[in-house]
Amino acid sequence: MSTPLQTVPLTAKDFATDQDVRWCPGCGDYSILAQTKKVLAGLGIAKEKFVFVSGIGCSSRFPYYVETYGIHSIHGRAPAVATGVKLANPDLQVWVVTGDGDGLSIGGNHLMHCIRRNVDMKILLFNNQIYGLTKGQYSPTSPFGKKTKSTPVGSVDYPIYPLSVAIGAEATFVARSIDVHVKHLTQTLERAAAHKGTAFVEIYQNCNIFNDLAFEYAAGKETKDDTTLTLEHNKPLVFGKKRDRGIRLNGIHPEIVTLGNGVKEDDLLFHDEKVEEPTLAYLLSRMRYPEFPEPIGVFRAVQRPTYEDLVLKQVRDAQQKHGKGRLEDLFNEGETWVVN
Amino acid sequence: MIASREPMLKRARPAEVQHREDVTVRFCGDSGDGMQLAGTQMTATSAVFGNDISTLPDFPAEIRAPAGSLAGVSGFQLNFGSHDLLTPGDRVNALVAMNPAALKTNLVDLEPGGILIVNEDAFNENNLIKAGYKENPLHGPDVKNYQLFCVPMDKLTLDACKPSGLTGRDASRCRNFTALGLVYWLFGRPMDATLKWIEDKFGKKRSVADANIACLKAGYFFGETAEMFPVRYVIPAAKIAAGKYRRISGNEAIAMGLVAAAVRAGKPLFYGSYPITPASDILHELSMYKQFDVRTFQAEDEIAAITSTIGASYAGAFAVTGTSGPGMALKTEGIGLAVMTELPLVIVDVQRGGPSTGLPTKTEQADYNQATVGRNGEAPVCVIAPSTPGDCFDMAIEAFRIAVEFMTPVIILSDGYLANGAEPWRIPDVESLPTFEIRHPKPGEEYQPYMRNKDLARPWALPGTPGLQHRIGGLEKQDISGDVCYEPENHEHMCKTRRQKIQNIARTLPPVKVLGDEQGGELLVVGWGSTFGAITSAVQRCRAKGMSVSSVHLRYLEPMQPNVGDVLKRFRRVLVPEMNLGQLVRRLRGEFLTDAVPLNKIQGKPFMISEIAEKIESMLLNGRMS
Repeated sequence: MSTPLQTVPLTAKDFATDQDVRWCPGCGDYSILAQTKKVLAGLGIAKEKFVFVSGIGCSSRFPYYVETYGIHSIHGRAPAVATGVKLANPDLQVWVVTGDGDGLSIGGNHLMHCIRRNVDMKILLFNNQIYGLTKGQYSPTSPFGKKTKSTPVGSVDYPIYPLSVAIGAEATFVARSIDVHVKHLTQTLERAAAHKGTAFVEIYQNCNIFNDLAFEYAAGKETKDDTTLTLEHNKPLVFGKKRDRGIRLNGIHPEIVTLGNGVKEDDLLFHDEKVEEPTLAYLLSRMRYPEFPEPIGVFRAVQRPTYEDLVLKQVRDAQQKHGKGRLEDLFNEGETWVVN
Repeated sequence: MIASREPMLKRARPAEVQHREDVTVRFCGDSGDGMQLAGTQMTATSAVFGNDISTLPDFPAEIRAPAGSLAGVSGFQLNFGSHDLLTPGDRVNALVAMNPAALKTNLVDLEPGGILIVNEDAFNENNLIKAGYKENPLHGPDVKNYQLFCVPMDKLTLDACKPSGLTGRDASRCRNFTALGLVYWLFGRPMDATLKWIEDKFGKKRSVADANIACLKAGYFFGETAEMFPVRYVIPAAKIAAGKYRRISGNEAIAMGLVAAAVRAGKPLFYGSYPITPASDILHELSMYKQFDVRTFQAEDEIAAITSTIGASYAGAFAVTGTSGPGMALKTEGIGLAVMTELPLVIVDVQRGGPSTGLPTKTEQADYNQATVGRNGEAPVCVIAPSTPGDCFDMAIEAFRIAVEFMTPVIILSDGYLANGAEPWRIPDVESLPTFEIRHPKPGEEYQPYMRNKDLARPWALPGTPGLQHRIGGLEKQDISGDVCYEPENHEHMCKTRRQKIQNIARTLPPVKVLGDEQGGELLVVGWGSTFGAITSAVQRCRAKGMSVSSVHLRYLEPMQPNVGDVLKRFRRVLVPEMNLGQLVRRLRGEFLTDAVPLNKIQGKPFMISEIAEKIESMLLNGRMS
């Protein structure tokens, strides 16, 4: 178990554990694991400073496969466990790995509250629109009408959209990427790692056993340029193989326009990830295939004091005001009397 | 500040003075009448005066039930005396009733011939109807067995408030101080502590401070002047061990004990909690102690409270969560994770009446089963139970000792009675408090996550330590390596190891002490938790009458102290009083094959001494006849 001390620079290999990876062959999780290890190695942070926290589900086995500290906790509770880790030791870099069932169904409450507090941690939500570990029931992100083991004639649940939830809770960093878009995923994870505050990343992940090709429109080489839109700060929203189409605002509604014939790039909606007001990011999160190309990249990246910084500032302020607490003072607070 | 109004008229005949060993007073009125405040003020005053004290606040779950209604009655009972007091008193000697509803719900507890002081101004038609009285009870047979004193408290209050400028509702709100002043006179209490408190609390709102001061004095002088009370009482100071004292409630004591443990260990204290009656005060207290590096986290729910605590423990803090019964139910899965990950943490369960939401503000001991065995799988934890408000301090420290020595969750079973009840507490010398030897593995030393020491505790390696990276979680662990492992023999081995580890705690516990006949006898009363005062008083009372009865009080429920079985065998019969339908008694019967007899009370109220004494007497009587 003991590993020799490593100093930077590290490589992805340094983050491999001695455990056999037990995801199904062909699972999208493999790519995410590989890119994550690569990103970790490049951060210039020692291995022992990372803590990976997860709940229950296929994605939640993740901590066993990265050579850092880790807790594979209970279903849905990873953000709460991670909050405790961060409050106890803010020097640690905390990553939460969750899925659409773990994070948005049983753990929806914790996800929302962790995000609104802006605890400094990275939350990777692997969205495969299915329950994999329990072998194929519909999840809160499964499309309406989805036929699964528990919905043989189709689901009558309206789905929830992870980024809309995160933005609704005013996450300070929100991004989306796709398991097989190796370069984009790497860049997105690097951005998330660099963010101070809750960084929420939705990753489209293919479950090739129970929900194969659910995101093929966005992942496939042939279709991805027409079905996704790569967000860039301060740039107009342009997409398409020929980069000839864009998103324009009509009132408060986005619409697809073709560039040319009097429509210029300047007429398009420009992306601003730094705007405090989350309305624009929310609007982007509502753009869905097939009506719209689905934005990928960083939706929102704003600065706000983190929860643990504020908590510890109150501690320091109290120590400055009252001095470091002395038990004698604590015990003798209020009315006392002496019996001889 | 207005000049204190000296009484203009002196009594023709001063009140006779009687000595009493102890007195039980109860204030009761609307939940908006400030009865809790009056009670705590009298408690503080009596404690500073040198009496021993024991209190029982009793308030409704509704914050403000309709004024004058039976549901809205709030009460505060205080027993103070010149000898060692272990309970708030069986029977009330003096009852202060601020309205008809309070009279109706409380009169039953007043001893025959007891002092009954009522605010006669509140006995109007409206209030009588709300309380369900067809006629004014002050003129009927209900009160004829008591010494009734009808005091125009509203009028006294409004008159006293006039110079301060307070009128109407604002003035009426001061009537608790009028009542308090009168009671202070009646029982010879000095006013200075309360006068100082009013200044500290309301000094910035001059008119409010003046009005309350005027009312306190008006009540006091009314007693002195009105030739209504033929007798006043003197309750001399108690002979208690020398030292410096303060008053402490169970919740305050738990909070201070947790802080003391963390400070002595040089650790930050993490407290993750979701507000719940009657545990919230621990969160309130701890949130004021930030200078001790206390980090409080008001979680989004009970589950986040326990799981954040697990995370904080993993990262090296002294981690605690606190709750009551319904919250314990929600934390169940989290406690299981803490058992599996073998992390040190403390869970405070301030029990209240159940099941479900139950009786949120009333006391009960019915979470014994939930705490000791209420989890999926074989999930042993350590469970301890303080016996008095002051003992909550010691047991909070003890909980941490066990948690870090054995790498285990430890549950502290307090209850509403301990949490809100108060007693004088001798302030400990800081240097006399335990220290903690905590070892975290260092870089480079031999380490595996589930290797064990002689006690079977695993090492507590902290994230951030180079080279000791490891993963823990809820899946079964392979012995020593801690890797995920589904092998049948390993699972059985780990289940037995976890159990043995908890049993090993017993080796570090002091033997139980028998109050009474160490060598054995006819009857042994076994209790746990907050019934200590009532059981001990009852046993002392019966022993004074020559009965062969002794008691032991269990502060450790899981595991028990090693000599419990031996002690049980030395007595012919065993009685187990509990504020539930018989939980510990089943454990004793099952484990020690003793024919223990339960005595159960499940009314949201603590035992009276007499209830236990009567049971002892009847058992001894029946025993002789059989």
